[in-house]
Amino acid sequence: MANQPQLSAKFSLTRKQKSQNHCFELAVDFSIPFRGVTAIFGHSGSGKTTLLRLIAGLEKCQQGQLIVDQHIWQQAEVFLPTHQRTVGYVFQEPSLFDHLTVTKNLQYALKRADSPVTKTHYNEVIQLLALDTLLTRYPTQLSGGEKQRVAIARAIFIQPTVLLMDEPLASLDGKHKAEILAYLESLTAIVNIPIIYVSHSVDEIMRLADHVLVLEAGKISAQGNVFDVFSRLDTRLGQDKGVVLSGKIVAFEPQWRLAKFEFSGGHLWLADHDFNLNQEIRVQVKASDISVTNTCLDDSSVLNRLAAKVVAISEQAEHAMALVQLSVGDSQFIAQLTRKSIASLALSPDNEVWLQVKSTAIVR
Amino acid sequence: MLTTTLLSAEDFAAIWLTIKLATTVTVLLLLVGTPIAWWLTHTNSRLKAFVNALVTLPLVLPPTVIGFYLLITMGPDGFIGQFTQMLGLGILPFTFWGLVIASMIYSLPFVVQPIQNAMQAVGKRPLEVAATLRAGPIEQFFTVVLPLAKPGFISAAVLGFAHTVGEFGVVLMIGGNIPDETKVISVQIYDHVEALQYSQAHTLSLTMVLFSFAVLLLLHSVQRRSSSSLFSAKGQSSNG
Repeated sequence: MANQPQLSAKFSLTRKQKSQNHCFELAVDFSIPFRGVTAIFGHSGSGKTTLLRLIAGLEKCQQGQLIVDQHIWQQAEVFLPTHQRTVGYVFQEPSLFDHLTVTKNLQYALKRADSPVTKTHYNEVIQLLALDTLLTRYPTQLSGGEKQRVAIARAIFIQPTVLLMDEPLASLDGKHKAEILAYLESLTAIVNIPIIYVSHSVDEIMRLADHVLVLEAGKISAQGNVFDVFSRLDTRLGQDKGVVLSGKIVAFEPQWRLAKFEFSGGHLWLADHDFNLNQEIRVQVKASDISVTNTCLDDSSVLNRLAAKVVAISEQAEHAMALVQLSVGDSQFIAQLTRKSIASLALSPDNEVWLQVKSTAIVR
Repeated sequence: MLTTTLLSAEDFAAIWLTIKLATTVTVLLLLVGTPIAWWLTHTNSRLKAFVNALVTLPLVLPPTVIGFYLLITMGPDGFIGQFTQMLGLGILPFTFWGLVIASMIYSLPFVVQPIQNAMQAVGKRPLEVAATLRAGPIEQFFTVVLPLAKPGFISAAVLGFAHTVGEFGVVLMIGGNIPDETKVISVQIYDHVEALQYSQAHTLSLTMVLFSFAVLLLLHSVQRRSSSSLFSAKGQSSNG
């Protein structure tokens, strides 16, 4: 494990807020694997963008250490300026050079790339992001989504050792968001660059991320594999609380337009979104969409009923709602129930119960 | 035909000298003003307000005041004068290069301000983007700032040139009216009027009016094309 390439960072930064009296404090110390997509999740003001800017060297901090794949980017007196760090960066709002055409914008990166971009790779990325028809245009003639696609291609063409993305979808509307998200998915499949992806959208993270780092008020409150982090009781996600399941489509009921999704420990029936047999997908089950019964209710309208075991209960006297962690085979679920229901069902760890899943969100 | 009959050789010498002076001053001011504008745009230093005030000071001072102090400092007992004498350059008042230095100080805000405004409009983001694309600070300047702030540089050059052409008070204070050395158009007009040569004064003055109008027309058409207001109210020239 020690020889696995890693990005390890330790930053501490205090900044006076202009308008308020309190200071913003960021204090993090983490290592992340140098592969796949690592998401930095946090609500606005949690310091996630600042953290990304610190990694890129766009921001300086009082104390910091940053070692990327055994290269020191920051340590004691050493501070590598941004242009000497092998990063690619996609900003929140599409930031193309307005005085250059799309081709020239891309060439800006190609000319300065850390290693030459092969013609095949160039064509592959252009095709994947559907840029062929945009090449001769100026940024002012592009939509927000198109601009962001160019910006993503440009960041890839610099051939970075790590690609940093700061909420690349945040400035786009719903339709363009879905479009770019689909592009990003296929991109992570073909581009072999580790990505650090900052977002406040659980949806995006569940679709893209392999590894998650949850940032809360400048501190890391949880980190790990995306499935583990989301199935932990103490990861604070508010309305978005829920687990992610990974599995594949194993059967269909064409008559009802349903598809059978099999995950480790059980299966769920989902609305068929034109899936293929054996297609690998990710599914999010929100805590608020789960109910729990002591017996199996055969006359329920809820299609998905799973035998489960209570693992842990997290309740606080001042709240009406509590979270219950349940296991179904190897998989974990989290249900949000009222404390009253927990008491009347007499739920306690190791109880055998039935889980009803009211709906599922297919994320991938 | 009209001008050749109406303008004397001395008038042409004054026109040529004025163009030479304004061109020299404009080129030098772009070189000096750009780093100042860059610093003013990007610094967080406490000195910023101080430097800003200093740069804009020539806007409000009567040209005679600037001329007066330059006359003293560039004179044999002034520190600039002693420095130039030490270098073996003699003293600068009543020379072409003395006029160049004075005009540079006098026209400095007209060059720095449009560049500074344009750089502020470009903002930090394009620089950050360039940095993440491996462009160092100098490359950032030439590949991003310069093209994006081009309208600002054009108006800086035009305003700097036009303002130098229009100066009078400073020239009179430190240049006097030595033909081919310091006798620029505005001084020549003054001389014509003093000598009651009204028709010559008319011809030169009208030339100036037409020239100034053409310059401003060019300026505003550049401004319209770039569709951004890069010129502050201070950009309106006031002839001293």
